[in-house]
Amino acid sequence: MEKTKINITDEVAIHISDMNKWFGNFHVLRDINLEVRRGERIVVCGPSGSGKSTLIRCINRLEEHQKGSIIVDGTELTTDLKNIDKIRSEVGMVFQHFNLFPHLTTLENCTLAPMWVRETPEKEATEIAMEMLEKVKIPEQAHKYPGQLSGGQQQRVAIARSLCMKPRIMLFDEVTSALDPEMIKEVLDTMIELAEDGMTMICVTHEMGFARQVADRVIFMDDGQIVEQNEPEEFFKNPQSDRTKLFLSQILGH
Amino acid sequence: MTKIAFVRKKEIPPSAPPITTVGLIGWLRQNLFSSWLNSILTVLSVYFIVIMLWDFIPWAYGGHWNTKSLRECLDLDPDVACFSVLTARWKQLLFGLYPAEEYWRPTLTFIFLLLAIVPILFPKFFRFFWFSIIYPGLAVWLLWGGSFWSISIVYIGLTLGALFFLTLIRRYLKNYMIAAILASLFTAVFFFLISNPLVGFLNAILPISLPFVESLKMGGFTLSLIVGVTGIVASFPIGILLALGRQSNLPVIKMICVGFIEFIRGVPLITLLFVASVLLNYFLPPGTNFDIVLRVVIMVTLFSAAYMAEVIRGGLAGLPLGQHEASASLGLTYWQSQRLIIMPQALKISIPGIVNTFIGLFKDTTLVSIISLRDPVGLASTIRADQKWNGIYWELYVAIGLMFFIFCWGMSQYSQYLERKLKTDK
Repeated sequence: MEKTKINITDEVAIHISDMNKWFGNFHVLRDINLEVRRGERIVVCGPSGSGKSTLIRCINRLEEHQKGSIIVDGTELTTDLKNIDKIRSEVGMVFQHFNLFPHLTTLENCTLAPMWVRETPEKEATEIAMEMLEKVKIPEQAHKYPGQLSGGQQQRVAIARSLCMKPRIMLFDEVTSALDPEMIKEVLDTMIELAEDGMTMICVTHEMGFARQVADRVIFMDDGQIVEQNEPEEFFKNPQSDRTKLFLSQILGH
Repeated sequence: MTKIAFVRKKEIPPSAPPITTVGLIGWLRQNLFSSWLNSILTVLSVYFIVIMLWDFIPWAYGGHWNTKSLRECLDLDPDVACFSVLTARWKQLLFGLYPAEEYWRPTLTFIFLLLAIVPILFPKFFRFFWFSIIYPGLAVWLLWGGSFWSISIVYIGLTLGALFFLTLIRRYLKNYMIAAILASLFTAVFFFLISNPLVGFLNAILPISLPFVESLKMGGFTLSLIVGVTGIVASFPIGILLALGRQSNLPVIKMICVGFIEFIRGVPLITLLFVASVLLNYFLPPGTNFDIVLRVVIMVTLFSAAYMAEVIRGGLAGLPLGQHEASASLGLTYWQSQRLIIMPQALKISIPGIVNTFIGLFKDTTLVSIISLRDPVGLASTIRADQKWNGIYWELYVAIGLMFFIFCWGMSQYSQYLERKLKTDK
């Protein structure tokens, strides 16, 4: 399958320089430098505990970094709450455990943030929500509660919920790790479709097939550092570092 | 070797379950006679229930309602109940020492109470919520009497303050904090300078007032309901704020909330009530007339707010961290996410605990009899001190217990209904 690369622009979406983060005394992220351009699709992989989830959680300030800078869409992340809320409303995030709001219906999950954060009128928010639910192919579940849906369906609702905010960047944090094998595909298909629409995406995932198919760049992290990054073809064919080779042999070897 | 290969050729259609597991017989078998031990327990329990009712029903059913004193009852038939005490004193049990010609006022207040809680309990009637807002003022005016305007002025002042706040936000200011402070100042000025002359003026042109009834006249179930309902309504929001404060990242707020909760929970309610009735006067400037019922209500409210806070904190702790992260990642502010995501779920988890606290508070109102307020239990002692009824126990306390049971059982039923209604995972 041929990848569409025409989407990538020169515009910088995320600029991270010399970023460091500690959990107590534990140095989780060390000197991270990363520039993501608009339309770029990045896959971050690495062994567990390597700091990859923490990295993307820093981008929307679910985690606070202690050194260096993160600039998202031209706004620097500081302790200023207004900046943080603004960035969060433009950066969508999908979680491993879906984190849907169980007391609201699927539709209400999708309309809540647009109505309260963007102050979109209810009618318009509902239209957008239905459009997004159609995009992830579950408009018929709109009036059910998350607890009544399968894992794959819930994760697709979570994607739709983020999309309703019309984000310019999407972060995916191991979104298929908690799913049964037969449901992984439906979620990946949704993500692939999204990637083809030209969304700027950073995906933490172990799905190497997905990385091959849609990523413009694969980043390998270990011990809180970016160890290697490359185009997927090269990354999988000619890994340079020993750690990457070891990781790939473990993950692809069976 | 046996062959292990197998291919199903014929589908097995679903069929009905065996007759002994469904219907009445199935139910009896499963629940009452599932084993020898169970069968024995069932028979024993039925036996105990029967012998209790065997004595109780004739006692209650044959009871006297129209004698003049306990003596007369005993002369007629000593083995049955003497409910005449209720016939003679029911008005006191309901209204305490409230003037008899004004009984319509607490009665009306009670009827309005039932109407006022409907919009809160059933969202279907939410359009009548305005009545629930008017109700507290209306109740105070009906119960204590005095000028209609001196109660309305509170509503007028608060409404003006709110309008002032909204105008500031809409027209001139973006900062909610400053607007809130200015609006509070405005309201304070209104109450200190303008409200008294305004009340005087309104009284002069349209005097609407009821005869004043002082707090010490309040008693019986009227008093239980005043203290209980006010305590319940006020302790709930305070409890939520305390629970949030206890989880706050700001150390000062956290410390105040923890200190308050731990102090109040560590002190018996009786002690607090004594403080309210006796000690508080020492701390207040001489001559201050700080209403005794109000003092008791405040103490009861603070007491149950501390418990409420801990119950709600339990609910908050039961929520996965992911809910906070998801609402933050969508750009919701702290208060938005508390209101729309966190609290609805935390409160839902805490419903049994919250209602437990409410019920406890309502029954604890009987403790005010210790500080010589005349709630039903306090009145029972007064009634028994009357030589006509000296020596009567069962009939009085059964009746009082029954009244409390009706209210508490109602709360418990509502909470179960609410839990069923809010269930979204099936």
